[in-house]
Amino acid sequence: MTGSFALVPAGDSAIVVEFEERIDPLVNGRASALADTLVGWQIPGVRDIVPTFRSVTVYFDPLRTDVAWLNEHLAQAALESVPQRTGSSEPTIIPVCYGGGYGPDLSVVAAFGRLTEGEVVALHSGRPYLVFMLGFVPGFAYMGTVDERIAAPRLATPRTRVPAGSVAIAGAQTGIYPMETPGGWLVIGRTSVKPFALDRPRPFLFKAGDLVQFHAIDRAEYERSAKGQPSG
Amino acid sequence: MASVHVLRPGLQTTVQDLGRWGFQHHGVPVAGAMDPFSHRLANALVGNAPGDATLEVTLAGPELLFDDERVVAVAGAEFALDVDQHAVAHARPFAVSSGARLRFGPRSRGARAYLAIRGGVDVPPVLASRSTHVPSRMGGWAGRPLATGDRLPLGPTPHEGGVPRRARVDISAFMEGASVARVLPGPQRDRFRDDAIATLQSAPYAVGVESDRMGFRLLGPAIGDLRGADIISDATPLGSLQVPASGQPILLMADHQTTGGYPKLAVVITADLGVVAQCAPGDSIRFRVCTHAEALAALIARERAVMALETTGP
Repeated sequence: MTGSFALVPAGDSAIVVEFEERIDPLVNGRASALADTLVGWQIPGVRDIVPTFRSVTVYFDPLRTDVAWLNEHLAQAALESVPQRTGSSEPTIIPVCYGGGYGPDLSVVAAFGRLTEGEVVALHSGRPYLVFMLGFVPGFAYMGTVDERIAAPRLATPRTRVPAGSVAIAGAQTGIYPMETPGGWLVIGRTSVKPFALDRPRPFLFKAGDLVQFHAIDRAEYERSAKGQPSG
Repeated sequence: MASVHVLRPGLQTTVQDLGRWGFQHHGVPVAGAMDPFSHRLANALVGNAPGDATLEVTLAGPELLFDDERVVAVAGAEFALDVDQHAVAHARPFAVSSGARLRFGPRSRGARAYLAIRGGVDVPPVLASRSTHVPSRMGGWAGRPLATGDRLPLGPTPHEGGVPRRARVDISAFMEGASVARVLPGPQRDRFRDDAIATLQSAPYAVGVESDRMGFRLLGPAIGDLRGADIISDATPLGSLQVPASGQPILLMADHQTTGGYPKLAVVITADLGVVAQCAPGDSIRFRVCTHAEALAALIARERAVMALETTGP
């Protein structure tokens, strides 16, 4: 399957390859596949290749790059990019302690969907999610798509501090805060798994195209895992 | 190991190099020197490689004690400088002896100076860069601006690459009155009213007080009537002028996040990144649309001026 795409310059040192304008695993699959292809080419002068929901931005050094050549080859690669499972085919399992002090907004999400907290947990952990892209802070993966009954909008006023490991929802998206930051997503639980840890051989746990599934654990189990295992 | 001791840190002094490229797909911001040309100029003046780490000094400078004899240079924003109370020149290499104190005095123009020390600031690289990204506490010295009492390790003085004999420097980014930054139309230009680019060029924008290494909040003619609000989040290039619902643009600078959902009306050309980096809160920037050919020509001219001083490769 091929779909439409456009090459859009973003200043003098970046080109964006845009696919159809929607959040859709198929469209996102094309972006991830294109990014993988371009990484494989090792194009001289290219400094970063960033796949997002429906586009790939290629950053280059304008002094070392033949932009006409790059445009031509990006168009060819975009034409040939087909959705594929680029990441792990088996979902990465993320144990989460839902609710209580670790998930202060679980009740907010329950009220949004007219559900019990237990039903929210079952829905959130009941399906695998696709990693659409990374952004916001190092290691933060935008995952989806969450069940519409728990797709509650973000806080009107963001919190100034969201703890590292917080598992949160914002509309149809879900994610894990890799570090303490300000944030407006609804925090429903906590995991001891670290999406980003420099002391690991693989510092980043997720990449675009990966599958992730959350798994509910109790508080005692969470506290054991938080103490026991260094980086997940 | 040779080191430099921080007696006074200044307002915000950070270790920076040419940035942490290659990890934006993991959400890692590039960071790096806000004014990469002045950073490279300072390095060139002491015979360092362009990517060696310097100290980026912001608005109010530090006082530093050296425990090793070194050649140093300061480029970018102009401060009164003295070594043990003897004035030294801006944008010229000079020697400091072991035990000497380098002091940054009053600032006369520009916002950010770069202090290069021969051998470079040798903090451990994180993801292949020594740049400090304060919001994620990554890189540099403990992931934060310098504080009194810090001791920064210095790299060994290289045998290769001397101090350039011809250190006449005339690539200042400073302008009288409002700085002019050239822009290219941005990737979401079509989301805006037809006259948005004209509005952007109609009057200077003031750099707001809530401006930092992540971005400058600009105050000026409002970019009105967005066609549709936010976009599906995508990558945010350095120098992007993104426009939230308020219509007041935000200029994305070195520490900006890798992705964002505001439409981008225009992008500052690479050659003029140093111009905007030298603007302090309260200063004004006038934007002017140019062509891709003009952007490349301006970059090549700037590059030649820096390369003419560099004695070692990247």
